[in-house]
Amino acid sequence: MSEDKATKTKQLPHITKIDIQQLILRGRVFLALIIVLTVFALLSPGFLNIANLIIMSKHVAIFAILGIGMTFVILSAGIDLSVGSIVGLSAMIAGGLINEGIQLPQFGVIIYPNAWMVIIITLLVGILMGAINGIVITRFKVAPFIATLGMLYIARGFAGLRNNGYTFSNIIGKSEFGNTGFDKLGASTFLGLDYSIWIMLVFGLVAYFVTTRLPFGRHVYALGGNRRAAALSGVRTNRTETIVYMISGLCSAMVGLIIASQLVAAHPATGDSFELTAIAAVVLGGTSLMGGRGSIGGTIIGAFVIGVLSDGLVILGFSTFLQNIIKGIVIVGAVVIDQIQIGMQERIALQRQELK
Amino acid sequence: MIKSSTVSNLSCPDTGVIMRTENITKVFPGTVALNQVNYKIYKGKINVLVGENGAGKSTLMKILVGNEQYTKGRVILEGEDIHVRSPQDARRHGISIIYQELDLCPNMSIAENIFLAREVVHNGIIDKKMQQHLAHELIQRLEHKINPSTLVGDLRIGAQQIVAIAKTLSQNAQILVMDEPTSALNTAEVKVLFRLIYELKSKGITIVYISHKLDEILQIGDCITVLRDGSIVAEEAVKNVDMHWIIEKMIGRKLEALFTHKERKIGKTLFRVEDITLPRVGGGYVVNHASFDLHKGEILGIYGLKGAGRSEMFECLIGANPRATGKIWLGDQDIGGYTTLKRIQAGLVLVPEDRKRDGLVVTLSVAHNMVLSSLKKYLDRFGLFLVSNNEKKAVNASIKELSIRVADPKNPVVSLSGGNQQKVVVAKCLLTNPKVLMLDEPTRGIDVGAKHEIFEIMEDLAEQGYGVLFVSSELKEILAMSDRILVMSKGTITGEFTREEANEANLIDALVLGNGLKNKNVNNKQEVHQ
Repeated sequence: MSEDKATKTKQLPHITKIDIQQLILRGRVFLALIIVLTVFALLSPGFLNIANLIIMSKHVAIFAILGIGMTFVILSAGIDLSVGSIVGLSAMIAGGLINEGIQLPQFGVIIYPNAWMVIIITLLVGILMGAINGIVITRFKVAPFIATLGMLYIARGFAGLRNNGYTFSNIIGKSEFGNTGFDKLGASTFLGLDYSIWIMLVFGLVAYFVTTRLPFGRHVYALGGNRRAAALSGVRTNRTETIVYMISGLCSAMVGLIIASQLVAAHPATGDSFELTAIAAVVLGGTSLMGGRGSIGGTIIGAFVIGVLSDGLVILGFSTFLQNIIKGIVIVGAVVIDQIQIGMQERIALQRQELK
Repeated sequence: MIKSSTVSNLSCPDTGVIMRTENITKVFPGTVALNQVNYKIYKGKINVLVGENGAGKSTLMKILVGNEQYTKGRVILEGEDIHVRSPQDARRHGISIIYQELDLCPNMSIAENIFLAREVVHNGIIDKKMQQHLAHELIQRLEHKINPSTLVGDLRIGAQQIVAIAKTLSQNAQILVMDEPTSALNTAEVKVLFRLIYELKSKGITIVYISHKLDEILQIGDCITVLRDGSIVAEEAVKNVDMHWIIEKMIGRKLEALFTHKERKIGKTLFRVEDITLPRVGGGYVVNHASFDLHKGEILGIYGLKGAGRSEMFECLIGANPRATGKIWLGDQDIGGYTTLKRIQAGLVLVPEDRKRDGLVVTLSVAHNMVLSSLKKYLDRFGLFLVSNNEKKAVNASIKELSIRVADPKNPVVSLSGGNQQKVVVAKCLLTNPKVLMLDEPTRGIDVGAKHEIFEIMEDLAEQGYGVLFVSSELKEILAMSDRILVMSKGTITGEFTREEANEANLIDALVLGNGLKNKNVNNKQEVHQ
């Protein structure tokens, strides 16, 4: 990328210093990623080899997918604290469906859905949890922070209740029940990349188009920017807001499935405090917590910054405590730069004006 | 940009200049807001500053009071160079401002707002009683009776303005800047304000008064400065000028007439409203069984004061208030039970009174605001994705049609002046292909030129067969623009007049009638029915 910039400058001599400044500012999250990668590559040889990059992307995918859902929520000026718990609940539901099936004692049968059905049912549960969040927020006028805080406890409670706090282990299914294959989601690759990375790419691409090209996406931005004006303009604000939380629930459930499949086990504490990492990725990506401003692309790069930082610090042997301190500084620092950038962009625009 | 300015040397010769700017230039993304401005403020006078929207008045004021930093130039207060970096700085120099968009905290009481950041403390603890008492005194000086512990958010805009004035009064300013102070006040409130301004002047306080209401300016001003396109084009003593002179200087050409009225063919009934009612929390009605109809190609004006229930009635009509009852027909369609979206789709749109609060999404660009209500029109043939070319075409057509002054539609909508922002809201409404257009105080806080353009747009729309319904608290506007006039007072429609019947006297009579009325039997209603 940095090469790209250099060649561009050579080919087009009329590009001024200001243009480059602005390019750097606009792509500052990307720049942060490049810096983080470079630093770790210098400190730890072999950091940039393909195998390691793929492993890191696999880790990043988890937070990027959660971040995508969270971006919708935050763009609408809301917040979703329940994503980590929904991840745990979804893992437990998927694990339970495979190991225990759907038991219907009144008919004396146990239905074992196949792996595809398990995935679909789990995703539907995720969407349902999101819908409950959305309905509580829109119909009963509960602040998103409170509503999803409640859901954080409730979903985590159900996750534990599902198997009395125990783990569903070895969730590979049995060929006599016809429900094998769930573990492939976490273990298989396509063109050398893990399924989870492909899922991140597909989710990211779809979300990108939804936010930029669908009326729904525009409605989310309007809702976050000025709710009253959006409503008077004919935006169905309650509906839009509910769907936003459903998207977040869907993303959470997807992550629950991926983790359960990767571990071939479902633990009720899966996804604990993931919501905070997801929020961090969104904020790092330049989305405003006030709503109405931000982008999916930023969130995915933000997730990469956090992921690369985590893995890099582990490889370098930093303690968990130090890792936390550094991550905290990076997150706050990113927002500080964001604020500085707003001022700088204005100045650059002014300089440009005077040049004319 | 502008040919050398035609500033005459005289003006207010008998007093000195208290404050002046020297070659102040301010550049914004997309525009040069001020270009080498030499502005003089005369001591102890009422200095009037006029100019069209986007001429740079508000920017100049923001620079004087430290809310914006200039790009180049100097500010000189009583012979000394000063650098006003913040409103606190300005206050230290004795400069205070009352903004057009009131900067009050709606979640706090009147007293708390007045003493915000200058709390009256006793041993480090806020002396609530003292604050309340002082606030009460200040408001009483403004001849108003509002309990200082009332939340500002619960007040109508007019009352909020009084609070804003009280707040600045309490700061003992030497120079007081008033940006459109009367834009939200009714006639009686304006009188009180003017008396107050004279009182301040007699105490030696210098006033800078920005307004679009030219009759007010002529009444109250001592010296007038005209800004156009970021430059000062004229400065004169007010006693030497008249309204034509001001308008000519402001728009740089002769204005034949502010209002346009052509004879139009008025068609059959398009929009009918019956018994619209909105109960008031705590008894009574905000909107009291209002019924009227609107014809194709007709401009129906609704005259009334602030708080008469006009805005609330519009909100009921657009479906934004779930407690409203009543019947609404658009054509043959009964839209009474529709959601806002369905009403818009049926052809009813609203240009709200408060642009920033209800009309615009300030985080979005000009273009995205314009297309917000009509996104369905720009989808591809599968009805899935927005096609940016379709959007661009619609946006550019609107910008041209309504002559919106914007450098790039991608700019944030807040970078536009008030009048152009208003046109963006109108454009948003028109892009939905409406049949009936409701405009709530469409000319609030915008300048003569933009007003004229808004009126022209209304006329054009009526001519094209739209039904236009508009609310105003300015008699002249209502009388000049309307084919028919309704008077609304205390939530009740108290009078209906045809264009021929209507005059200032009988409109005001109807207004007074409403103030004495408790129920809805209005006697003059049948006698004026067409």
